[in-house]
Amino acid sequence: MSDVVEKTLSALPGLFDSQTGAARITSRLRQLVKSITELTSKNEEESLIKQELSSMKEQVSSPNTSMMREIMVRAMYCEMLGYDASFTYIHAIKLAQQGGVLEKRVGYLAVSLFLNEGHELLLLLVNTVLKDLQSTNVIEAYMALTVVAQVFPKDMIPAVLPLLEDKLSYPKEIIRRKAVLALYKFYLIAPNQVQHIHAKFRKALCDRDPGVMTSSLHIYLQLITESPDDYKDLTGSFVTILKQVVGGKLPVDFNYHNVPAPWLQIQLLRILSLLGKEDRSTSELMYEVLDESLRRAEMNHNITYAILYECVKAIYTIHPKAELLEKAARCIGNFVLSPKINLRYLGLKALTYVVQHDAKLALQHQMTIIECLDHTDFTIKRETLELLFRITNAQNVTVIVEKMLDFLHGCSDEHTIIHLVGKVAELAEKFAPDNSWFIQTMNDVFSTGGDLLQQDVPNNFLRLLAEGSESKEEDDQLRLYAVNSYLTVLKGDASHLPQRFLQVMSWVLGEYAHLQESVDQREVIRLLTQLLDQRSVSSETRVWILSALTKISEGQTDLILDLAESLSSSQDTVLRQQAQELRQLSQDSQLYEWVLPRGAPWDSMEVDSSLSFLDGFVSEALAAGAAPYKPPHQRQEELCEDRALNLEPYSFSLPVSLSSCSITDRQSPTLLSVSSGLSGNSTELSQKAGSSTLILEGVKRVWGRDGYLRQNETTAPPVDEPSAAVQPSGQQEAAERLEPQPEPSTQNQDKLQLASSLFVGLGAGSSMSLLGKSEAPPPRFRKKPRPHESSSSSSSGTSERSSDSSSRSSHSTTDSFLYGSLLEEEPATSISAFSHTPKSSTANGLAQNKDTKEDRRANTSQILGGDMVIVRPNTFQDKHPSLVSSDLTALLPADLKDLPHSDVISLTSDPSLSLSSCRLFRDEALLLVILISNCTETVIKDVAVQLTCEELETASLRGNVMNCLEGNSTSVCHYALLMDEPHTNVSFTGTVSYQTQPGHTNTLSFSGTLSAADFIRPLVVSTEEYGKLWLSLSHDVKQNLKLLTDASDPLRTTLNALKDALQLHVVDIIGSEGIVACRLLSGAPCLLHCRVNGAALAMWLRSPHPALPDCILYHCQRALAQH
Amino acid sequence: MIKAILIFNNHGKPRLIRFYQYFAEDMQQQIIRETFHLVSKRDDNVCNFLEGIYFTLIYRHYATLYFVFCVDSSESELGILDLIQVFVETLDKCFENVCELDLIFHMDKVHYILQEVVMGGMVLETNMNEIVAQVELQNRMEKSEGGLSGAPARAVSAVKNMNLPEIPRNINIGDINIKVPSLSPF
Repeated sequence: MSDVVEKTLSALPGLFDSQTGAARITSRLRQLVKSITELTSKNEEESLIKQELSSMKEQVSSPNTSMMREIMVRAMYCEMLGYDASFTYIHAIKLAQQGGVLEKRVGYLAVSLFLNEGHELLLLLVNTVLKDLQSTNVIEAYMALTVVAQVFPKDMIPAVLPLLEDKLSYPKEIIRRKAVLALYKFYLIAPNQVQHIHAKFRKALCDRDPGVMTSSLHIYLQLITESPDDYKDLTGSFVTILKQVVGGKLPVDFNYHNVPAPWLQIQLLRILSLLGKEDRSTSELMYEVLDESLRRAEMNHNITYAILYECVKAIYTIHPKAELLEKAARCIGNFVLSPKINLRYLGLKALTYVVQHDAKLALQHQMTIIECLDHTDFTIKRETLELLFRITNAQNVTVIVEKMLDFLHGCSDEHTIIHLVGKVAELAEKFAPDNSWFIQTMNDVFSTGGDLLQQDVPNNFLRLLAEGSESKEEDDQLRLYAVNSYLTVLKGDASHLPQRFLQVMSWVLGEYAHLQESVDQREVIRLLTQLLDQRSVSSETRVWILSALTKISEGQTDLILDLAESLSSSQDTVLRQQAQELRQLSQDSQLYEWVLPRGAPWDSMEVDSSLSFLDGFVSEALAAGAAPYKPPHQRQEELCEDRALNLEPYSFSLPVSLSSCSITDRQSPTLLSVSSGLSGNSTELSQKAGSSTLILEGVKRVWGRDGYLRQNETTAPPVDEPSAAVQPSGQQEAAERLEPQPEPSTQNQDKLQLASSLFVGLGAGSSMSLLGKSEAPPPRFRKKPRPHESSSSSSSGTSERSSDSSSRSSHSTTDSFLYGSLLEEEPATSISAFSHTPKSSTANGLAQNKDTKEDRRANTSQILGGDMVIVRPNTFQDKHPSLVSSDLTALLPADLKDLPHSDVISLTSDPSLSLSSCRLFRDEALLLVILISNCTETVIKDVAVQLTCEELETASLRGNVMNCLEGNSTSVCHYALLMDEPHTNVSFTGTVSYQTQPGHTNTLSFSGTLSAADFIRPLVVSTEEYGKLWLSLSHDVKQNLKLLTDASDPLRTTLNALKDALQLHVVDIIGSEGIVACRLLSGAPCLLHCRVNGAALAMWLRSPHPALPDCILYHCQRALAQH
Repeated sequence: MIKAILIFNNHGKPRLIRFYQYFAEDMQQQIIRETFHLVSKRDDNVCNFLEGIYFTLIYRHYATLYFVFCVDSSESELGILDLIQVFVETLDKCFENVCELDLIFHMDKVHYILQEVVMGGMVLETNMNEIVAQVELQNRMEKSEGGLSGAPARAVSAVKNMNLPEIPRNINIGDINIKVPSLSPF
């Protein structure tokens, strides 16, 4: 109490001094705090704050600035408690604008607390900031810098940038320091805008004040993290700085607990470790200083340990040096053995990091690690498990997994559970010593992880069971064990089990219950039926269970009929439908045999996902006048269009026949939606439907400007149009279906290929296949290791199949699955190096069919390729492209030869294959052509290319798989890439898998970068159009660029340089101004307005897309810099 | 980078919240709640680091207050731990025996001090004397203009009238002395 009284007394003079107004205000804040203190419930608090806010709203327009300051503090208080006080935001800005220094301070603080970078009100602050930055009052500049570094709108950076640059040479050290940090902030939010001032960053690094230098390290840490290679030349400087700091050359002010500038040391050590990573010569520069740091940091204070820890990490990151490693290992020992818990934690972290390089180190500290495992601290335990996870191998897996599961049982933190359970599953799959252990562990995983589990854990598990390994016997044993184990679980109380676990169990029982001969199938059915009755079981799980029941129901008609009966009144329509199908199947054993062939090998099953067997039905329905099927997204679009059309008055009276046509057009497609989803002609038909809309327009023109227009004969009765058009193709389709080796239409072909590549190896043999039964491929998946990238598609395939084969009710999923993919795959074009003639993709039917089969096989191997460990990572750098002899361009397919293209650069190579790439600029896309050359004399088989790039969209690809590549020949594969969101640079990665001898797959990985410049196309507009477009665009950016002054007409020279580099279209040049237009592929336009301004080119960019101008500006700057 | 700095008391009442990365308002409140939930469960003799859902949490517990720094992987754990110490020592110097009440009534002042230590998520200054000097410079300016500075102090006096259930106690934690009255219903 005495302290409070003391405080009060010391505050008393202030009380007397102040004006009466201030006293009144104080009572407000006091009252607020006091009343909140007295409250007992959240409800009361809420109503009190509401009251407070409304009273603030009344006062907020008060001209009394000291009152405003107090209101701001109150608003901050309310916001902190989580209440919305957004009405004060604008007043905060006003306060910063108008007030004196004190008001400004509160205003700026409030703004930086309330608003974020994207907030629109922030724009109102820009002027104030500009004014204050120019102010002669240091305090004002200081405050403005603070707010700029905390929150500033990205678009306005160019406005404030020159002022900040000036501040870098301000005499006062603190101002320079803040300016550096503000620039760093800008670099973080808009790197393009500050790239020209890198030289100034270097100056800041050499600043005479160590504080400014420290601030600049933030920037360098970030820059070096992004591209260490560009800053290798600074290594010497950083080492010198660190040497001086460690040697105590800094003023004593910088000491903290007698340690010279510890935070600075930490920062420098991090930078050095990044620079020395995988670089021997750079690492050698820093050995000495690292050694000295280790030696000096011996005082017993927290912060010295922080330095030591960074030192150790650096030593293990850079190119190893035995002597240092030894010292570092000893250091880690000290950490791990320390009685201080924080140090022990860091010791474990260091061990986890180091174990990859040196597993022996963990052995030295075995006992400590075991101790930590039983530690009371959650964080320590978790870190220990992380360490154990890293050192798991086939011998210790049982123990480690047991420890992890023990921990999980006692853990309630969801985040940790999800994280760890995934790791347990990973270990179990990788190192399982035997079947029983594996199944038991997975049971634990499923029951502990529950429904929080990542979906890929059960998916991977089921895939493992289904695909099996090389030996069928072993697989069956595993499956049998799983079946037994699940039967035991289900016989107990199953009500508490997570849904995911139940789903896994029912799938396994459905597939493999028949392997267990000693258990009556009726018993299995009974157990599953029991589950169905449980209330805790979700409807999704019920579907799984019912699918399982369908699979094992053969010959148990009585039980099944009972079940179907009881479910036929279910509320759930899906269940009702499944029950109905179950009833049908159980009564017709032939149908059952056909739909669910017992014991059919997994890989030979095929799904005719194009549903071509329904084509006859579709064409009949169409002939009878049904509306053609449209995929959901198209329907949605048309619905929107319809709505838009409805806004127009019904002024034209349409002929009756027409309106009836549009009615059929809009008829609910549900009748056909399920069945005709993918039959090849449906797209054609929707185009036909489009043509009937055209006719509709034609009819509108019955009355023209000149009066009545005689109707043309060509406008046939619209109703007949679609059906008449359909009939022949429908018949043709039906005829094709009857033929044993039919010739599918090109579209069908594409889709079949797509389907086969998506569902390869997972299909069910139940449905008819257009391609006939292909030979069953040998089991291609090995049990280990698990590829993660291919799991998603195949796992959805797994579930697809389980429901598909039982009920065929989930075709809509198939639809969306197929439509969801935009890949348009075309057959491989294999070109011999000698003939140069591409094999036509529209060859005759038979050849095509062969192609398809080969494709399918190649696709399998493509997935298989994902299985393999990447053998040779190889990066290619944009800066030093190795040019390949240009005659490779001669290999480009004839239809692409005329396109503008880049040089061919080599991507990667190994003794048998060499890959190079070439960029072709098509109007609507960038074609990335990958040339695959076989360098050997022998044939290389099953070559498959896989390319991934997150930022880009692949519109189509061609020739990414080929069955064989002759010796010394080159094949071409090309990707059409689209860029929706502008990125300055995007990198792509990919792999090529191929077989030099059967069964031996090699993988070669490659990567590269594409720049936004590859995606920019000229936009040809006239000056008037440009003017109109300019006014309609919203996002603009201004910046000064370098002007190429060496020529007689600098503007024209500069623009031409830009045009060459970026494919811009120079619309017009008038005097000292030039207008230029371009677009991102066929998407968003960007207009550039250039004006010569002294020795600089003032560039003003406008675009509907906010990020595009930045992007283009970046490339313009680069182009000019390189010129 | 430091993503957020949270100060709350033993009951989870926020005392100072500063986010350096944008989160929506309700997300912020959720982070505060979850952080409190995680931190408050822990004994005083366990380590000061926690792997949270969004970031690493580094915290110190002083009597009635938790100081939590949420950081990403680019910060040194022990470095931040000592930075918290520096911050609290600075508060102690500026408020002369800082207590929870100071944080409540001088919220703006605490923010100003914090601004000198951490700016936009980056560590600006770690030298306590420098920080104090900067803050004092600004305080002088404030005194010369008069005004609000007196107000919160008077608010403290008002609290005297509240029924404080317990006498404030002195607690030794680490290197400094923070005297903290415990206000139960906060």
